[in-house]
Amino acid sequence: MNDMLLDVRDLRVSFGPGKDAVTGLTLRARRGETVALVGESGCGKTLSALALAGLQPREAAVSGSAELGGVQLLGRTERQLRRIRGNLVSMVFQDASTALNPLMTVGAQIEEVMAIHGTHDRRARRKRSVELLAAVGVPDAANRARSHPHQLSGGMRQRVMIAIALAGSPDLVIADEPTTALDVTVQAQVLALLRESTRDAAVLFITHDMGVVAEIADQVVVMYAGTVVESGPIAEVLERPHHPYTAALLASVPDPDVPQAGELPTIPGRVPPLGERDAGCPFRDRCPKSQDRCRERPPLGPVAGGESAVACWYPEHGEGSSRTVEEATR
Amino acid sequence: MRAGAAAAVCRYLGIRLGQALIALFGVTTAVFFALRLSGDPAQLLAPQGASQADIAALRHQLGLDAPVWRQYLDYLGNLLHGDLGYSYVQHEPALTLITQRIPYTVNLALAALVLSAVLGVGAGMVMALNRGRWPERVLTPLVLVGQAMPAFWTGILLILVFSVTFNLLPSTGFNGFDSLILPAVTLASLSAATIARMTRGAVLEQLDRDYIRTARSKGAGTARLVTRHLARNISIPILTVLALEVANLLGGSVVTELIFAWPGIGQLTVQSVDGRDFPLIQAIVLLAAVVYIAVNFVTDIAYAVLDPRVTTTGKAAGP
Ligand SMILES: Nc1ncnc2c1ncn2[C@@H]1O[C@H](COP(=O)(O)OP(=O)(O)OP(=O)(O)O)[C@@H](O)[C@H]1O
Ligand code: SF4
Ligand SMILES: [Mg+2]
Repeated sequence: MNDMLLDVRDLRVSFGPGKDAVTGLTLRARRGETVALVGESGCGKTLSALALAGLQPREAAVSGSAELGGVQLLGRTERQLRRIRGNLVSMVFQDASTALNPLMTVGAQIEEVMAIHGTHDRRARRKRSVELLAAVGVPDAANRARSHPHQLSGGMRQRVMIAIALAGSPDLVIADEPTTALDVTVQAQVLALLRESTRDAAVLFITHDMGVVAEIADQVVVMYAGTVVESGPIAEVLERPHHPYTAALLASVPDPDVPQAGELPTIPGRVPPLGERDAGCPFRDRCPKSQDRCRERPPLGPVAGGESAVACWYPEHGEGSSRTVEEATR
Repeated sequence: MRAGAAAAVCRYLGIRLGQALIALFGVTTAVFFALRLSGDPAQLLAPQGASQADIAALRHQLGLDAPVWRQYLDYLGNLLHGDLGYSYVQHEPALTLITQRIPYTVNLALAALVLSAVLGVGAGMVMALNRGRWPERVLTPLVLVGQAMPAFWTGILLILVFSVTFNLLPSTGFNGFDSLILPAVTLASLSAATIARMTRGAVLEQLDRDYIRTARSKGAGTARLVTRHLARNISIPILTVLALEVANLLGGSVVTELIFAWPGIGQLTVQSVDGRDFPLIQAIVLLAAVVYIAVNFVTDIAYAVLDPRVTTTGKAAGP
């Protein structure tokens, strides 16, 4: 069972009493696997990702466990984290136009990872940074390494971000909405690049776009209001979503094969903000199936006859944490 | 490409030179006419009890009886020949009087600039990097005091403590390095406080930027963040403050030179205004304007050197 490279259990991030932003994130990934973390804005995706690298805001308290190849990532000192970041865990941020230092050449920004983690030979660093740039598909890499970020296109900048993330040959690459700022064709290229270049790592891929999930993920974790409502293998979650929220998210993705008539269905209502979350199912204000029992929080449990886990009293497509096999097959 | 860039630089320099000449023309003209409205130097220069005829003769001798537009044209004509005029009071060329004083003011202003830049940038960085911790709590009131104290007050306080009470440092005149200390500290204190406050703000603003988070995600520690990432990015706002502070230092040097009987331009300014010494005042104002324009020009060049996004045409390149 422990062929898992990344093993996150019950990750919690809180900004104080009543301000629990992430309340129990559990996910696992093998080497070479991509886990997509999906959910609407404000549900705690970025915060979870930052917490894994120890980059959460100063006022945030993090608890739980996150092991990467047996190494505990949480509760580390800043000094220990500096050895982990860039080396074991690296990040690709959303907007490369602000995430890169505007006054430093892109080559120097790639080399910096190696300089921090012990490659003292300057020429070796330079050589490797050019190789990395070429590997992520930047043409004329040797010259491009001397460019500043503003001299590159958005897609090229995001490739540079990926080269930075790969420079330390990390075990975990966390990509936080890496393609949101890009247009569609470039987005597809960058996704393909991420998939190819991370064969030796686990990837935590954050997005709110179910269409992107279908393209890149092996496993899906659906978050809602700081908690996991459904997780499972990509095929199962996409074809047989168990949680009403997952189903609603999927219904709002345009199907490229079906010409769209009128507006896409959107999920009415909004995610309850931090101070307004109670002990019940967080989705119940927006859930078409909500009943009295939903005032109690449904636990995340396995679905019968599948590999997914779901947190809902009345899951769709068969078994949830409450119903028996007989009830479902009746 | 090369030739195009060279042409762009030439065009830019040409435009800046044109702007500078227009600014200088405006300043000299404004001062010239403002002075003629301010009063009659002959009244002041004439000895006690001089007759109206004597005063009129003196006015004629100074050329002040000619129509103002005539005086103005003469003034501009002389200026074009590099002639700044004669001091009414000291009977020497204004240029000579000024050049004698320049080294003293340059010494004082440079010492104050270096002092305030080092103290201000240092304190601002320390405050920003230790937000909410004791170094910030110690420095914040100091900065507030520095900003609230006018130069004459700081100067008198320093003289009382270091010259009168402990007799450590000279309080007047210029003889050697010792005598530079008190005036320089006086002149620098206000600027240092301003620079510290601006530096703190600039560093905090940069620390919030995404690229800092990226650097941290690579494993960069504080030392690397400061030297490799922050230093260059805050150098631009800091340079802007320093350029403004040069103007403030020149203004502040008038008061400081008076307090410490420092034989610089500031003192000369006060003398020339007291005596309605029109040519001397005009020359000093012209000099100040030239210095101010030169500082701005150097600052712009420095921007272009520091920030690759700034082109010499003054526009930031697109994304
Ligand atoms: N410094 C902070 N102090 C208090 N609350 C915060 C802080 N940072 C984030 N939060 C809260 O934590 C919650 C999760 O934010 P997070 O940025 O992780 O959302 P997200 O899922 O990444 O959304 P998006 O899709 O918009 O990026 C939000 O409700 C936000 O208001
Ligand atoms: S527990 Fe109830 S409210 Fe929550 S998703 Fe399931 S049915 Fe809807
Ligand atoms: Mg986010």
